[in-house]
Amino acid sequence: MDITTFITNFANQFDDTDASEFTANTKFKELDEWSSLTALTIIAMVDEEYNVKIKGDDIRASQTIQNVFDIVKSRL
Amino acid sequence: MYNPFSLQGKTILITGASSGIGRATAIECSKMGATLIITGRNKERLQETFMQLEGEGHQQITGDLTTEEAIKEIAAFCPALQGVLFCAGIGDYTVTKFITSEKLLNVLHVNLISPVLLTRYLLTNKKIQKGASLVYISSTGATHLAPGLGIYGASKGGLNSMVKAFAIELASRNIRANAIMPSMVKTELLGTLDTISAEDWEKDEAKYPLGYGKPSDIAYAAIYLFSDASKWITGTELQMDGGRNLQ
Ligand SMILES: NC(=O)c1ccc[n+]([C@@H]2O[C@H](COP(=O)([O-])OP(=O)(O)OC[C@H]3O[C@@H](n4cnc5c(N)ncnc54)[C@H](OP(=O)(O)O)[C@@H]3O)[C@@H](O)[C@H]2O)c1
Repeated sequence: MDITTFITNFANQFDDTDASEFTANTKFKELDEWSSLTALTIIAMVDEEYNVKIKGDDIRASQTIQNVFDIVKSRL
Repeated sequence: MYNPFSLQGKTILITGASSGIGRATAIECSKMGATLIITGRNKERLQETFMQLEGEGHQQITGDLTTEEAIKEIAAFCPALQGVLFCAGIGDYTVTKFITSEKLLNVLHVNLISPVLLTRYLLTNKKIQKGASLVYISSTGATHLAPGLGIYGASKGGLNSMVKAFAIELASRNIRANAIMPSMVKTELLGTLDTISAEDWEKDEAKYPLGYGKPSDIAYAAIYLFSDASKWITGTELQMDGGRNLQ
């Protein structure tokens, strides 16, 4: 599992935030576009792309994209 | 003793009786004097419900309601019925961008197609007696949506329409069909919705003036709809939400 692809997949779930704004250290919940809907979308993306189930609690516990990546990686 | 809400002498079929609302309703109906036919997929959990039923003469049958064979089997197994609770159902939180035909069909199958087909086969097997009451567990999700609730809402909205059609078609035989639309009730189903964090659940419950519901709250409404006390009520949707949707 590769962080660059993960960041791309993550960024893909946003429609109005430029892809260049996303790095491993992006605090995604501080983005204007972030909402409970985006949270559900990220969970669905992880399920579809990585076949890993993450929970609402995992998103809540994460600050950066790296944090989410680490959770997904640990469950592969 | 005077009791217009008694279920004495009534035989009632309950689907989804191995858990949550279906289980609570089966137990409460047995306490009101009904004879129960209970069904679910999981044999052990169904047996747990069965052990908690009061009185004699109850029966149980397992089956997966997404297969038409199981539906036909359950319909054939039943004796003459004065009531049916269609309670088997699943939750879903798929956001639109990730809907697949597989996910869509799965939810529709359990929540909409199975109660409709079971109604059909119970009718063609002549199991639904004159004056019987059919109760369908819908959801406020049919009318009050949230992100990710589209498929679930569509399944329950579709069910509400079918219930009205049943009410119209069956009224000439005094058979009544009604829907109960609960908002959040604390059951095993909530545990399957783990896309929602514990903290978000707490925030959500705070929006309910009377808090989340209990399975027994829904059971008591079902008892009323099964009893002869509600014999003038058909085609309605009883919203039960602890005041959640008042404002
Ligand atoms: N809990 C809520 O907040 C809430 C709110 C509004 C509406 N509802 C509705 O209330 C109903 C009951 O929900 P609940 O909260 O009591 O859920 P639950 O505790 O998860 O119970 C669901 C029941 O449905 C059965 N079931 C599921 N899929 C089935 C299938 N393919 N074939 C046969 N049986 C199947 C389960 O059987 P097994 O366990 O044996 O598999 C179980 O008995 C559902 O229709 C739900 O949509 C619930």
